[in-house]
Amino acid sequence: MIGCTEAFNRLWEYLDGTVEADDRALVEEHLARCRTCCGELEFAKELRGMLARRSSEDLPADVVRRLNQTIEELGR
Amino acid sequence: MHVADDESAGAVRLDPDEAFRVLARGQLPRLLSVARRIVGDDAEDMVQECLMKAFQHFDQLRDVAAGPGWLTSILVNCCRDLVRANARHPDELDFDDLEQFSLFRHIAYEDPYPYSDSLHLDFLEEFGAEDVRAVVMRLPLTYRVPLVLVYMEGFLAKEVAEMLGVPLGTVLSRLHRGRKLFEKQMWEYAEQSNLLLRKDAP
Repeated sequence: MIGCTEAFNRLWEYLDGTVEADDRALVEEHLARCRTCCGELEFAKELRGMLARRSSEDLPADVVRRLNQTIEELGR
Repeated sequence: MHVADDESAGAVRLDPDEAFRVLARGQLPRLLSVARRIVGDDAEDMVQECLMKAFQHFDQLRDVAAGPGWLTSILVNCCRDLVRANARHPDELDFDDLEQFSLFRHIAYEDPYPYSDSLHLDFLEEFGAEDVRAVVMRLPLTYRVPLVLVYMEGFLAKEVAEMLGVPLGTVLSRLHRGRKLFEKQMWEYAEQSNLLLRKDAP
């Protein structure tokens, strides 16, 4: 059985699927009885999703044009 | 398998130079986006350098499916060379303090939007793409690179380990600290950029 501190420090690894099987079971056991850590887990999920969604951005058109020009000139 | 040799998959036979251009054209937006998150205003120079190096060594790419990761790896190494001299040393950061920081609990405690019934989601919604990029740029390079590649670009931690030439455990450890730093910096950025004030009014 683990406490909040240990569970909290493993939550992202738990989400990422990079915790060992034994640790995974311990985190799940803790989550089953701790509302605060469930809240932490939900927030971590949202934050991870936000990072993925914010990965697309408007790129400066003039820079894209110059770099495309570089590509077209390579090997010619 | 090289692009030019991929007859079994029905691919059109391309000369290597054109095969490179096809790969580079397709990957350019992503490369520029990654570079902007790692080196900011030097992104264009870094992508230029990456394209030159990749073109020179294109014959070393054996599997066309690995092209995106291969190009990213070259780009990341160009960026690391650029910022290495100016990078803040990770040991200067106080990780004992950081280890216990919880953005979730901090938001609940500070209660920045008293009239909100979805406090944590409202906090995240305040961050647009430019805000996220600004927060990412505050992280030391050691933590910035794995965070960008895994959580924003979708690479696996083991792929990042190969790109950086470090053990998987090192990447996982840097991701752990990078996330903590990112959360702490999100709060500081929100305070400094007045993101906490917008929902104050009833």
